[in-house]
Amino acid sequence: MLNSNVWLKNCVLMVITVIITGIVSDEANSAQDIKYSKPDTSEVNIYSARKEALIKPLLDKFTEQTGVKVNLVTGKADALLKRLTSEGMNSPADILLTTDAGRLHRAKVAGVTQKIQSKKLESAIPSRYRDPEGHWVGLSLRLRPILYVKDKVDPAEISSYEDLADPKWKGRICIRSSGNIYNQSLVASMIAANGEAATEQWAKGFVGNFARAPKGGDRDQIKAAAAGQCDIAIANTYYLAGMLKSSEQSQVTAAQKIAVFWPNQKTRGAHVNVSGAVLIRSSKNRDNAIELLEFLAGEKAQQWYAETNSEFPARENVAVSEMLKAWGEFKADPLILSRLGELNTKAVMLMDRVGWK
Amino acid sequence: MRISVWGTLVTAIALLLAIPVFVIVFNLFVPAGEVWQHIYATVLGDYITNSLLLMLGVAIGSLLLGVTAAWLVSMTEFPGRKYFEWGLLLPMAIPAYIIAYTYTGMLDFAGPLQTSLREITGWDYGDYWFPEVRSLEGAAIMMTLVLYPYIYLLARAAFVSQSLCLLEVSRSLGNGPWRTFFTIALPLARPAVIAGLSLVLMETLADYGTVQYFGVSTFTTGIFRTWYGLDNAPAAAQLAAILLLFVLVLLTLERYSRQKARYYNASRRHHGQGRFRLEGWNKLAAFLICFFMLVFGFLLPASQLAIWAMDTAVEVVDAEFFLLVLHSLELAASAAIFALVIALILGYGRRLNPTPLVKTAVRMASMGYAVPGTVIAVGVIIPLGYLDNALDSWMRNQFNYSTGLLFSGTIFALLFAYMVRFLAVSLHAVESGLERITPSMDEAASSMGCRPLSILGKIHIPMLKGSLLTGLLLVFVDVLKELPATLILRPFNFNTLAVKAYELASDERLADASSASLAIVLAGIVPIIILNRSISRHGERSLGQR
Repeated sequence: MLNSNVWLKNCVLMVITVIITGIVSDEANSAQDIKYSKPDTSEVNIYSARKEALIKPLLDKFTEQTGVKVNLVTGKADALLKRLTSEGMNSPADILLTTDAGRLHRAKVAGVTQKIQSKKLESAIPSRYRDPEGHWVGLSLRLRPILYVKDKVDPAEISSYEDLADPKWKGRICIRSSGNIYNQSLVASMIAANGEAATEQWAKGFVGNFARAPKGGDRDQIKAAAAGQCDIAIANTYYLAGMLKSSEQSQVTAAQKIAVFWPNQKTRGAHVNVSGAVLIRSSKNRDNAIELLEFLAGEKAQQWYAETNSEFPARENVAVSEMLKAWGEFKADPLILSRLGELNTKAVMLMDRVGWK
Repeated sequence: MRISVWGTLVTAIALLLAIPVFVIVFNLFVPAGEVWQHIYATVLGDYITNSLLLMLGVAIGSLLLGVTAAWLVSMTEFPGRKYFEWGLLLPMAIPAYIIAYTYTGMLDFAGPLQTSLREITGWDYGDYWFPEVRSLEGAAIMMTLVLYPYIYLLARAAFVSQSLCLLEVSRSLGNGPWRTFFTIALPLARPAVIAGLSLVLMETLADYGTVQYFGVSTFTTGIFRTWYGLDNAPAAAQLAAILLLFVLVLLTLERYSRQKARYYNASRRHHGQGRFRLEGWNKLAAFLICFFMLVFGFLLPASQLAIWAMDTAVEVVDAEFFLLVLHSLELAASAAIFALVIALILGYGRRLNPTPLVKTAVRMASMGYAVPGTVIAVGVIIPLGYLDNALDSWMRNQFNYSTGLLFSGTIFALLFAYMVRFLAVSLHAVESGLERITPSMDEAASSMGCRPLSILGKIHIPMLKGSLLTGLLLVFVDVLKELPATLILRPFNFNTLAVKAYELASDERLADASSASLAIVLAGIVPIIILNRSISRHGERSLGQR
């Protein structure tokens, strides 16, 4: 019995020593540039908030072309970011792929990113879809326009997001909950354009026009509109496209009743967000990582990426599918996207105040 | 001396498992700024009311269903009883968020039922009333449907192992089944029922998928909103700490109620007289009650999944899919075994050495069950990352060798998180089993010179077989369904069925998600059937041993 007590004591002592020396030496380590053991030249490690099914095929193509093996963990953006920060300088990750400018901005603020130095990326992707300081780059565009039921709404009735607070829309609008980042970004973009007070005033009227308490995802809003519960739905376009391409007939039929209206064309343009990538500060396969990002921004990859996800390419002058073309040309809000990240908290609080569930 | 070694061991393990919870609680002391005023003024009331109402609804629903079903199946005889015995456990294999998606798919305004109703009658939106699935009530019903088996399972094990002498006495004195149930059987089964109920309520509190999809603001959705939306981790952790307070109250209530009524079976004679034979209307009623529970809890959602899967399986099921199945089974099995061993050590150590310190430590170790998986995951990530980096720099300073990350991003991290999250399940099973063993057994054995370890091995473990198996299989099924912690902590290129199902479902591709969902359900059915066999045999076997 005595033995086991002594053993336990030794263990505890050892753990304490390790922790204390860890604390003491932590500072010194981050300052000096340490050479890490065996950087494998033939790999690149990705943490991805994009679903595996949406990116894996493209990553496989990259491996095929370059021989660089791609390792992948998918997960929720904020949790992956937490994992990155707590793994610190030892993190195995080279790239974080995520789906929202707010999140890209948050990664940069958390200090886990580094400047991506690549002339190719700078010439491929327009500057408003990149971080002004080069810490993140957008890879695809996600538009959130107004969708309407073809045989119930005359498109001449619709004009802008702002107009949706008008009493004529009472009980006619379907939109998901304010917990969703797409809505948070939309409201953030309105704060950027119109100021906080005006946006709050608008949100009050807008929420008052809801046909039902917010529930479900974007597809659910489209389905509800198609089934007659509301006349207008706010949803990202790739959900509508996904329904049109669905193997379920009921989804296709529902989606066919719906048309896209590009709002705010006379003013700032339709709300746009990006999915994109950051380069991790502690990346040990930096060259491979940059090569992969350049690959993803390439013309072929952009076309393919946009097509499988039914999103719009971030690179200009890339051909889009017939389906996307059919929705017509549009003007997108030229707001510098890092603003969305900066205004996100304000947007959420505003939505809480006006009772947007 | 002997006792203090057990005490130390138990406290050390329990504290280790409580670290993630401490990490969360620690945030209580980090100032969160004016965000709290905002939360307090706008949404906190909603979070508290909705969480409480949801718990109340699920408690009432699952008690009614669980206890009724357990009594009918274990104590009465009616047509189909044998099938219901295991059939009623099946809903446990369906993750709550999957049943929520499935029912919404069927019953929503845009779903097939309401659409055909409108087509037949010519009604339009607003012309008729139809219950709204995606509501607080709906969420309570969805969770009741998949969570009542916890109560059913434990209550049935308790009914079956009850000394029939007492019931026979009651009946020989002229009490009918109802009276016997309320005055003898139910009070005797109370520790088990309450243990089941507390598991149900903790699952309810930890649920995120269902309430988020239904647009019901509870503590869990609030935590995510504060963390992601308001970008304020301390405030989110503080909400989580309040959630933990709920759990602490729950656990204390459970302990209290168990302490007040402690029954040991001196006689272990079982099933002398047999079951109450139901006749006429009673027979029909018993059949219908069980039948509808089976239909709504399992058959209907599982068939919907199967219908979807038939359309999509060709594209989804490939070689990689079987790898997912393998990963899921391996993870679930190893987590279940680890959890059982730890639960046995903690439960037995606590019995040997019930000092306040040990009791508190054990309670701390089981609090993780009610914490949403993502929050647990963060509680695991932070200390592990810290430990890894500390070890790494120590090794570099001493030996000029970099160890990198030893634990973070490995299966170890994942298993640790499962222990934190699910230990409560195996611990409940072990403890409620241990409580039915009278302490005079321990005393007799120790008076004959047996040491604690051999008492455990020779007396308790054989007597606990049923409870141990219950704990093992419950954790197995739980890990199979677990999503958020798996998602965040798993290593590179490692997927499970739940991850696959979630990725597709959260992309609103329910039909594509159905194959993986169905595989989770099927993989969960096998252990459930084993579990059932062991419970129903439990009584007869002990009879034979007499």
